[in-house]
Order: sequence, then structure tokens, then C-alpha cells
Amino acid sequence: MSQLETKLDTESDDFNANVAFMKAYMERIRTIEGNGRKTEEKYRERATKKGKLLPRERLVHLLDPGAPFLELSTLAGHTINGDKEGETAGGNIIVGIGFVNGRRVLVMVWNYAIKGGTINSATTKKNLRLQEIAFATKLPIVSLSESGGGNLAGGGEPDPWSAYGFIDGGRVYAQQAELSAAGIPQVTVSHGNATAGGAYQVALSDYVILVRNQTHLFLAGPPLLKAATGEEADHETLGGAEMHATISQTGEYLAESDADGIRVARNIVAQLPPPAERYLTRDSEIEAPLYPAHELRGIVAEDKRVPYDMREVIARIADGSRFFEFEPVMDQHTVCGHVMIGGWRAGIITNNGPITPEGAKKASQFLQLCDQSNTPMIFLHNTTGFLVGVEAEQGGQVKHGSKMIQAVVNFRPPKISIIVGNSYGAGNYAMCSLSLKPAFVFSWPTARQAVMGGAQAAGVLRIVTEDRAKATGRVISDEERDTMAKTGEMVEAGLEQLSESVYCSSRLMDDGIIDPADTREVIIFTLETCKETEHRGTKPNTFGVQRF
Amino acid sequence: MGDSPACDVRCWVENKPGEGKVITKVLVANRGEIACRVIDSVQAAGYDAVAVHSDADAKALFVGLADETISLGGNTSAESYLDMDKIIAAAKASGADAIHPGYGFLSENAEFSALCQKNGIIFIGPSATAIEIMGNKSEAKRLMISSAVPCIPGYQGEAQDTVSLVSEANTIGFPVMVKAAAGGGGRGIRFVEKAAELESAIEAARTEALHAFGSDELILEKAVVNSRHIEVQIAADRHGHVIHLFERDCSAQRRHQKVIEEAPSPFMTETLREEMGTAAVNAAKAVKYEGVGTVEFLVDADRNFYFLEMNTRLQVEHPVTEMITDVDLVEMQLQIANGENLPLQQDDLTINGHAIEVRIYAEDPANGFMPQTGKLQLFEPSVDEGVRIDHGIYSGALVSPFYDSMLAKLIAWGRDREEARRRLIRALKQTKLLGLTTNKTFLIQLLSEEQFIKGEATTSFISDDVLTRANPGVRNTDLALATVLLNQSHNDLNGWSNSVPMLRTETLLVGDASHTVKSLQTDNGFDLFIEDEVIQINAVKCYEDELVYTLDGVTRVATFSRVEDEISLDLGDRVLNFTRTTYHPVIAEGEAGSGLIKASTEGLVVDVLVKPGDVVNNGDTLVIIEAMKMEHRHLADGEGKVTSVNVNKGQQVKNRQLLVELALVEVVDESA
Repeated sequence: MSQLETKLDTESDDFNANVAFMKAYMERIRTIEGNGRKTEEKYRERATKKGKLLPRERLVHLLDPGAPFLELSTLAGHTINGDKEGETAGGNIIVGIGFVNGRRVLVMVWNYAIKGGTINSATTKKNLRLQEIAFATKLPIVSLSESGGGNLAGGGEPDPWSAYGFIDGGRVYAQQAELSAAGIPQVTVSHGNATAGGAYQVALSDYVILVRNQTHLFLAGPPLLKAATGEEADHETLGGAEMHATISQTGEYLAESDADGIRVARNIVAQLPPPAERYLTRDSEIEAPLYPAHELRGIVAEDKRVPYDMREVIARIADGSRFFEFEPVMDQHTVCGHVMIGGWRAGIITNNGPITPEGAKKASQFLQLCDQSNTPMIFLHNTTGFLVGVEAEQGGQVKHGSKMIQAVVNFRPPKISIIVGNSYGAGNYAMCSLSLKPAFVFSWPTARQAVMGGAQAAGVLRIVTEDRAKATGRVISDEERDTMAKTGEMVEAGLEQLSESVYCSSRLMDDGIIDPADTREVIIFTLETCKETEHRGTKPNTFGVQRF
Repeated sequence: MGDSPACDVRCWVENKPGEGKVITKVLVANRGEIACRVIDSVQAAGYDAVAVHSDADAKALFVGLADETISLGGNTSAESYLDMDKIIAAAKASGADAIHPGYGFLSENAEFSALCQKNGIIFIGPSATAIEIMGNKSEAKRLMISSAVPCIPGYQGEAQDTVSLVSEANTIGFPVMVKAAAGGGGRGIRFVEKAAELESAIEAARTEALHAFGSDELILEKAVVNSRHIEVQIAADRHGHVIHLFERDCSAQRRHQKVIEEAPSPFMTETLREEMGTAAVNAAKAVKYEGVGTVEFLVDADRNFYFLEMNTRLQVEHPVTEMITDVDLVEMQLQIANGENLPLQQDDLTINGHAIEVRIYAEDPANGFMPQTGKLQLFEPSVDEGVRIDHGIYSGALVSPFYDSMLAKLIAWGRDREEARRRLIRALKQTKLLGLTTNKTFLIQLLSEEQFIKGEATTSFISDDVLTRANPGVRNTDLALATVLLNQSHNDLNGWSNSVPMLRTETLLVGDASHTVKSLQTDNGFDLFIEDEVIQINAVKCYEDELVYTLDGVTRVATFSRVEDEISLDLGDRVLNFTRTTYHPVIAEGEAGSGLIKASTEGLVVDVLVKPGDVVNNGDTLVIIEAMKMEHRHLADGEGKVTSVNVNKGQQVKNRQLLVELALVEVVDESA
């Protein structure tokens, strides 16, 4: 493997401007996340009074100290459901992958400090994505639950009462049942409110821990009960922890406090098969890249038209900055090759421009080779899409592009996508965006996902209008031309905004935006998560675990 | 001695005991560090060494060092190392023709010495007669007085009734010491300041003496206050040669147990050394001593010295003498036992430099020096220049409750006393002993005390003030380090997260005190919040048992061991033990101890054992229910009074039906 030599001038104005832009963007993301935390902080006094831990305190208490933690989709729901600048973002659940008693697990902490941990469209989408990851990685799910169920206020969605959200949300419960049957244990602490939908989330879990004087788990709470049947009952009688532990047997373990319930959950995880990483042996010793990770912030420019060499990214994430390039003299736009990362073998497919027929062929062949040698694939997106034009079409662009997509989808080893910059059109698919079900997909702040660029879309619209006018012999007036220009500008600006990383991530088109400097860690962490899958040690059954 | 080789055992028994018999194989009738040390010299001299061991010591270091081993079975000393018949049988089975008794156990047992002789086995030590005489304080004292060895004014008569003892004490004058005549090791000793306390002290000493030594004979001695304990090492061969190997100063004692020993004594003058040496030689000659031994003296502030007792064995502290004389005392014991002449004459001996020894115990100085048992997680001895460590341990060794809790002796040699002292402190810091509480911190403090540095330590040196200084308590930086340690993961992405760091809370128990530490991972390390203090620990690197860290710009290494929630941290001058209680279970409030006893099953009440007003203890059976041919006992869940019984014998009850109500006595929750 040859060592990559950097051509990046870290003293240059361009580099520093790029770093400044990237840092400012990350700061913006941290601010959005921070606004949510501020909302949570407002609940502190009430939580303390009730002897409860805040959601994030529960999370920390659950996780092994010092063990790595990958949080997912922090921006979910940003600017939707009534959210302005992150005050209520996150989908009311905190989701991530961490370690509990040495075992890698998916964690889901219901953020009761934001809107009572109620369920909105972002919650459902984030929850479904978590379950998708669970199916793919066989990671057990530990849920620290406290949710008021579906958000009746709707949170500013146009049709909060539509069956759409309700039916969509039902997928979560269906998949909980499927997860149990798939041999993926779900451990849930019911910390407090668990009404209706919140109750099913708890009761569909394989292990349920109830917290004395806190759990209130029922189909209908006292007000709804009174409204529905006229029956009067208090919370404890209807759904208290003691009641469920001794009478209804909806839970197996009775804990004394938030911390105690989490202790029990940790103990349950400790009874699961031993840490899967025990069965993995690295392909080689871990070696740091030659160039520091922070330089990753200075590669991509704010202006998406400024080109850069993706080898500069590889040089800062690969072990020893070594890259064994595949077909290095063929098609300069699609770059493929082998690396070691964190001591693991991996293939990389990346772009220095559009994907040509030659590039698609090269990538497809490389995918098949890596599939044969069971080598995971890392996709680093930087493409404006498949190349268009007579030469490209005649060169079989559609055929080769389609077959590349086919190769990507059917590629069996782990797939991890990092959207570094442009990721447009079918190129977005071919580079394995969320739609092609990679194990994980993360975006840099500079990422852009769309069917095409804003300028191109505006141009297409203008040309289509002009063509139609020409066909019918109609002359386009100056006034009409002005309107068309304005519409074009709006389309361009609008599409630019809608393709931006923050917009896409808020709508769960990825698993989150990462600081470029964290790229190597994110890849190693997710790669190990995937590689462990076959060693989790749990077994599927037919109907899932029943509670009698 | 002649040149005849060893003859057959029968032939030897018929001859004069010991004559003509030479050693071929040595059985070491001891355990721990001394067994290791003896095996070492035995093997170095070209003999095979046989170890005997109890079940508890089956995996001990000394067992592994020996060429042959024999299990004595049992755990207690009485079942093993004190069982003479088993040891004699072991010697015969292994073909060992000599037994080295080490110290303690059978080393000063005249009966055992005689038994060895009877069985044709060489006892590496003095004759039964010498042991017997010196083992009886009163008899020894009478003999010493007649041999011109200065003795403390006192009473060692045969009349042992309380009236006689009281009257003799009054003649001697107060303060006075009441001692078991057969005593040793600090037991059966009472210091009596006033006449009024005498009678009860005599009674107590008598009981203790009878219990410990099987004899309740007491002696009285004038108490020499602020005295020094100085002893003289002697060696005597079968041919009447006796030499002394200078003195050892063992003044630093805690409850009459030696803690620090050194040679030479900082209090010594050339004249006094010669006088004491001569007295010691005379004492040995008086009992026709054969072997190495120690004559102990008390020396008062005016340098008057008094015979205390003679230890007819190798002493624990013998290494300090070895280090200043370059003599291997065990090797010398073997030569003497082989009937050889002493390899040295008095004039051949000179004092070279200074040596100090400390005894490392598994004990908790902060908790009344309570012996500690369990697994020694980590043991790494110092490898510094001039340092010797005699030990019988290894990482992972178990310290059992059956024997003395001494783990090791650390000895440092220096050209002068100060160099030896400095080296010893450093050696203590460098020696890592983790997983069990030891007296290491206490020893470092003793060696650092002004009085000790000046060489002015007397037997009253270890005062309460010194003890207080030796237990400085836990510092916030210690808690911070323990928390940093908890925040280390085996994963290569240790501490990494793509998310904003979150504040973590850990609770740590040190002794009885619970501490809360909040921590935040930073780019460089950790911010730790303890009470109102913020401590930054940076550049943390964690290895298997070492934590490298930077605090206030200084980089240091802490050694640690961790077994689940038990953490031991060695910071060199201090060793701390933490118990992490972050994930300890919360005591249920309503469940246990509610006083509401409910049926655990549906069934038939076959017996009701209480009636209202009865006082019950936790766990008492209250009601018995029969269900599915099984009896289910329903027990009191606390201590209290029965306030109501809601069922009768013969009654069918439902599951969870309330059977008995108790008014429980409030129990103070000590965990709060």
C-alpha cells in the first residue's frame, strides 16, 4: 500500500477559510443541539423535586464510563413540528450506540423533559431508524422510557389527527414484535408516564423494569378513564409500579428509583451473551494517519463548485495514510481502493467528480471484489451525479449506472456512507445513501443531497417552458421572462436550502451530522458495530418472547 | 568431627546425638517469607529443600520454590505447622535429615527439638535444654543473674499467688511490667502504672498467658520507660565458639510488636557495643547454646542495659544484620547444624554501613490495624539499588485468615543511616501491593518522622500523634484519580463520542465515608468536580495496572488494581482503597421491612406461631401455609411487635392475603 502525500497547504487562505466555515457550521449544529438541552434544563428543578434524573442523566448513568458513545440523529425534527431553532429538536428521544457492562447496545432515552416525551412524526421516524439499525446489527435495545404517548397537540403539523401518523407509528410496535422474534432483546425501564402508545412500547419489550412510585403505565389515565367510562381511579391503582409488579405482571423487575432501575437494566444486559468484540481479531495493528484529523475541516470549501481531491480525506482517515488504489489510471473521477482503518480492512469508493460509465464499471467491479473477500465498503460522497451527454449515454451510462446501483445494494459486507460534499441525483443512490440501506450514513456539514443542483433544476424548468412555447409557436413576453427568472431564482435558492445537511439531517435522511475531525472514529465505531453482528450470540424464535 | 561421611540413621541414634551426622536434605517447617528465604539458602548451599504446607498454603510461593513438597492438610496452624508428628512424618517420607523451623511455630519448641533428635533428624537450632531454659523467662533470668548478665530488677520466683506477686511488685516499685514467664510475641504482657491496677493486670496476664502459652506462670519486672529495644545477634557452634554479630535496634514498636528494625543502633557507642556483645556471648555460653540466636536487651536513657530474653531461633529482622555484616545467617545455621566450626571469628566481623527493615503487613492502620485477608491483586517489588525484599507472595496470591498477616519485609542498605532510610522510603513507594489494605503508608510516615530521622525513636515512639499523621485521609485529588480510572474503557475509542460531553456522577466509598465525584471528559482529559473544587487531570494514559496522568503540570504514574467495584490506587507515598457504590442496589423501602406479611401462595394455614403482642425478630416464622404438598414459611421481615393476626389455623387463604401485621422497630439505616 502506498502512502498518500498531501498537497494540502494548511497555511493557505483557502484552507483557513474552509476551516472557519466548517467550524462555524459545527457551532451552528451545537447551538441547535444546545437549545434542546436548554429546554431540558428548565425541567431540572421539577425533576430534582420528584427525585428523578433528567433524561441525559439517565443516559449517562446507563452507559459504561469511558466507553465510546455514538449519538444518532440529534437534529431530528429541527424546524418541524413547531420547532424553531432546536428548542424541541431530537424527536423527543435520545438515541445512540454505547456500551453497557461491556456490551455494545442501542440506547433510546425518552426525553420526557421536552414535550413530555410525546410522540410526533420525527419520533416515529427516528424510532423506526433505530429499529432498522437493530435488525441490521442485532444490537440489543435498552430503552429508558417515559412518554406521554402520541402528541395530541400535533406540534404544528398540518394534520395532526390524521390516521397517517397513527398508522406510521404502528410500525414501531410491529417491529418491536419482530425484533423480539429476531432474537434482539429489548430491555425497557419504565421511569414514569407510559400512556397508551408509551405503554405499548414498554410492554412490547422483552424485559420490563418498573420504578416504584414513578411508573404509571396504562391504556388510559385517570382523566380519560373518567371521560370514557365514568370510573374513578388513582394513578397507582390504574398503573403503578407495584400494581404491575404484583398483580398485572406487566413488569419483571421492581426498582426503587431512576438510578436503581438503570442498575437493574445494566444487570439484565450483563446476563446477555458476552461482548461480541471478544470474538473479533483485528486484521492489523491500529496505526494513526500521518496527518492530523483536524485538517479534515479545511479540505472542502463553502462553495460547492470548488473541487478538491478526496485522497486528502483518505490520507486523514486511513491507518498510516496508506491507500492501495484500484485501477488508478482508469477514470479519474471515481476513486476506489483498499485501506486499513482502525486495524480493519476496508474498501473505499469515492468521487472526484461525476460518475462516468467507466467510473461506474470500475466501482461495480471493485464492489464485487470486496464482496468476494468480505471487505467492508466505505462510501465517501463527492459527486454531482451520473455524467450526462451523448458520449456518456452512448457509453452506456444508464446501463453501467444501474448495474453499479445493483452492485451496491446487493453488496453483502458492511456498508458505511459518509456524505462529504455533493451527493446529487442517481449518484446519491449509487454512492449508497440512506435509500440504499447502508448500515450507517453520516453527513459532513458540507453535505448536499438532492435530485440535482438548484441552478440545474431552475435551468431545466426554464428550458422546458421555452421548449413548450417554441413547440406551440408562442412568443414569451418580457414580463413572462422576468417571472420565469424570479421563479428560477426561487427554485435555485429553495433547492439549495432543501439539500443542505442541516435540512436533510433534521428529516432523517442520514444518521446525523458529524464534525469532519470525527470521521475516522465514526467509521471505526460503526465498522466494529457491524463486524460484531455475527457474534452477538442471541437466537431468533418464531413468536418473540411472550409475557404471561 | 572427623572425616567420616554420614552413617546410617540407626547407627547415629545409638551414637551421641548429632555426632557424625551430616545434612543431605532439609525440610523447612514453616511458611511465608521465611520459608522462601530459608529454601533459598538451603538450595544455595547445595541441599535439596522440602516444603510442608497446609491446604490454605497449597498455592503459596514457598511451595513452588521447594524441590519437594508435602501437604500437611488442614488450615489452622495447629492442624499443620504446629503438628509435630505430621512434620516428623513428612521429614521421614521425603528423606529429609534436617528440619529448619524458621521463626514462630515450632522454632522455640523444646519438645519438637527433642522429638527431632529422637527420630534421628537434625533440628537446625539449639538443644531442647537451651530452648527450655531460655523459654522460661524466670528461669532464664535466674541463670542470667548468675552468669553476670545484667537483668532488670524484678521477680521471677516460684511463688505465683496473687499476694506474693503484689508484694514483690511493691518491692520493685512502679511502674512495673507483668509478663508471662513462657511469653513472647507481646502476648501476656501488662504495663502497670499504679498499685491499684496491679491485681486486675495480674489476673488478665495470667488468663492470657494460660491461653496463649499453656502456662500461667508470671514474672514481674521494673518497667524501664522510654527505653530502647536493642538486641544482639549471636552464633555458637558445637565446639564452644561463640561470636556476636553486633546489635539491632528494634525500638520502633507498636504494642510490643516490632515495626522497624535497624542495624547498627543509632544509640550505640563502641563501649556499649562491646559490653552488650560480651553479655550476649556470656548468655549464650551459659546455656551451651548451639546455633544462631538473639539476646534482647532494654537500654535506658543512661545507656544502662538489661537482659530481656533470649530468642533461640532466627529472628524476623535478621536481614539487617546480614546486610551490614555480609553474613548469610541461614547458611551459618546449616554449617553449625552440620557440626562445622563457625566460619568466622569475632575479629573477622566489621560493621559495613547501615540497614533498616520494615515489616509490611496486610492490616488496616486506620482501623485498629485489623488484619486483612483476601486476594493480593498486584505485587511488584522495588528493584532499587541496595534494597532487599524477603517475601512469600505474588500477584494473585491469597492472604488467608489462618496465619500472621505479614506479607513481606523490605530492607534497605546505605553507606550511612540516612542513605538507608532514604532508600527504604523510596523502596516502599516503589513496591506495589494492591487489592488488600497494607500498612505501607503507615511505614512511610514512621520513616519520615522527625524523631526517627534523628535516631531518637524509643519504644514509645509510635504515639497516637504519629498514628494520626499516618492516616491523613483521602484527598480530593485521590478521588479525582479514582474517577479518571473508572472512566477508562478497554475500547480503543476510549472516551470518544461524536456528541457533546455529558456530566457523569460516581459515588466512591473510602473507609466509611461516601464521596460524590462529577466528571466531564474534555479534549485533554477530565474536569472533576468534588464539593466546590474543580480538578483537572490531563494527558491520561491507562495501561494494564498503571495510570499516567498530569495534574497541575506534573506528570506522574499511579499503580492500580481494579476488581469490579473495588479499586486500589498506589500513589507512591499513599495507598488508597475505594469501593465504587454508583451501581449498588437501593434498599427497598416498602418491600422488605414493611411489617405487612402477605401470603406468598394460595393454600391452607397449617400453623400460626404468633399472637398479637408477641415480640419477634427478623426472620422468625409467623405463619406456615401448605400448598401443593409444600410448606411455605412466612417470616418476620424485621424486628418488632405483632399488632394483628388475621388468619387462623386451618383457614384457606388467597395469594397475597394479609396474614400478620407487625409494628417494626425503627432500624437506623447505616448506609444513609
